[in-house]
Amino acid sequence: MNKRAQFDKVSLAFDTPKGRLNVVEDVTYDINDGDFIAVIGPSGCGKTTMMSMLAGFQKPTTGKVLFDGRPVAGPGPERGVIFQEYGVFPWLTVKQNIAFGLTLNANHVTTAERDAICDHYLGLMGLSDFANSYPKHLSGGMRQRLAIARAYAVKPQFLLMDEPFGALDAQTRSNMQNLLLKVLETEGKTVMLITHSVEEAIYLASRIVVVTARPARIKKIIDVPFAYPRDESIQERPEFAELRSHIRQLVMDEYRAQQAQMRPVSFSE
Amino acid sequence: MNGAGLRRFGLGLLPWIGAILLWYAVRWSGFVNVSLIPAPHQVAAKSFELLTKEGLLIDIFVSTRRVFLGVALGILAAVPVGFLLGWYRPARTFADPMINFFRALPPIALIPLVIVYFGVDELAKLVILFYASFFSGVIVMYEGVSQITPLYIRVAQTLGANQAEIFRKVIIPLTVPHILTALRVALGVAWATLVASELIAAQRGLGAMIQNASTYFLLDVIYVGIICIGLIALIMDLILRKITARLLVWQDRAIV
Ligand SMILES: Nc1ncnc2c1ncn2[C@@H]1O[C@H](COP(=O)(O)OP(=O)(O)O)[C@@H](O)[C@H]1O
Ligand SMILES: [Mg+2]
Repeated sequence: MNKRAQFDKVSLAFDTPKGRLNVVEDVTYDINDGDFIAVIGPSGCGKTTMMSMLAGFQKPTTGKVLFDGRPVAGPGPERGVIFQEYGVFPWLTVKQNIAFGLTLNANHVTTAERDAICDHYLGLMGLSDFANSYPKHLSGGMRQRLAIARAYAVKPQFLLMDEPFGALDAQTRSNMQNLLLKVLETEGKTVMLITHSVEEAIYLASRIVVVTARPARIKKIIDVPFAYPRDESIQERPEFAELRSHIRQLVMDEYRAQQAQMRPVSFSE
Repeated sequence: MNGAGLRRFGLGLLPWIGAILLWYAVRWSGFVNVSLIPAPHQVAAKSFELLTKEGLLIDIFVSTRRVFLGVALGILAAVPVGFLLGWYRPARTFADPMINFFRALPPIALIPLVIVYFGVDELAKLVILFYASFFSGVIVMYEGVSQITPLYIRVAQTLGANQAEIFRKVIIPLTVPHILTALRVALGVAWATLVASELIAAQRGLGAMIQNASTYFLLDVIYVGIICIGLIALIMDLILRKITARLLVWQDRAIV
């Protein structure tokens, strides 16, 4: 299989006023074409940092991050990113937000095509009634859907998603998960998804990377045995429940390790 | 005008009526020498006289033009400089103390020097107003620009934007609100500095009118001048606020 992205003995440390902070440590794994990788681990452990190296916003301190065999030099439209903070442009309407990428030289399309793509994603994300509203009128969940629509609109082959469904209510969340599966089925993308939901990871991913408390190291890489296309019925299967309790256990251990790390800090302050 | 608009207008008018009543009250209370406080109706009559016979409109025009020119030039310079300082951290560390030093100097303190270097005509007043608007505007600009989060730029980059597109489609829209704020602050400071600048032997202008009146102790004329300065500043601010509301409909403000 074709390797799209590779983390090769990657470590990253930040220089902070309190000293050097190791955030990612000796991480090695490959993401193949068509993979759906879910990264799961306690919050603050370094998942976003790991992803931002592949997105091109951060350089590893040691090791290499490769995309299509070449070291990542910076961000680019072939790697779509959905940020944890959404980053919808407040000065543009909903429709203009979705159209933003399509107005750039890098993904030039005709006006008619642009309108068609916008209308498609407006409908898909349930934002049609708000096409001409500014983001200040949208709820948190709608902003998140807008950010997703804007990223999908330029059709990147590789999607990096940082807890994209975290702020959604349960119903919308499961709708968005199913929608993502459908989009992947028709457009065949490769995905790296950061999540803190074990169910979401199992339901969506082909492989789950469990990372440790900070600094993020690889604790375990687990293949998910369900074939695509998937639907919600797999969540009723005994293998699903087994896998869930196994991963929960791994994540809980790291969560406790993280808590133990934090305690001396809060005492000393 | 609809009912709510009328109500707002009435509410806005109320304090003015109150101020005028208070003015009469102070005058009639007997605590102050009546000759030191011209009554509101006397001031109104005087302003009519000045308007029709003494060319008050010319003074207003001359002062407004000076403020406009000073602010326009000051902001024109403050926008790129403030932008650079806000955007490039090293530039800020480098220039911050200096800018704060000059901003802290009251323009009035510079008048003697300005007379020495620029003489006493129009250029001297322009220099003072430029100075006042530039330094007040530059601070607002760079404080605002330095608070722009890199998130939006990152988003644009991941969608494929090049440097020019990021500047045109992300940085400019994010900078416009700060330009408008800088303009408002500079206008306020420039009006405050106007009288000072017109102290430099101005023939005409509201500051000059006040200055001349004070030598002859014409209190009613001084009152007219002060009220004009306040009114014009108020009108300019209102206009700018309307423009701001129009340009920044997208902003998350409780009251626009
Ligand atoms: N630019 C930075 N400079 C210093 N520390 C950072 C920076 N970015 C993240 N960190 C720190 O790195 C750690 C991991 O952050 P992050 O990758 O966002 O975690 P996660 O996404 O897993 O919640 C946190 O402790 C955070 O404070
Ligand atoms: Mg994160």
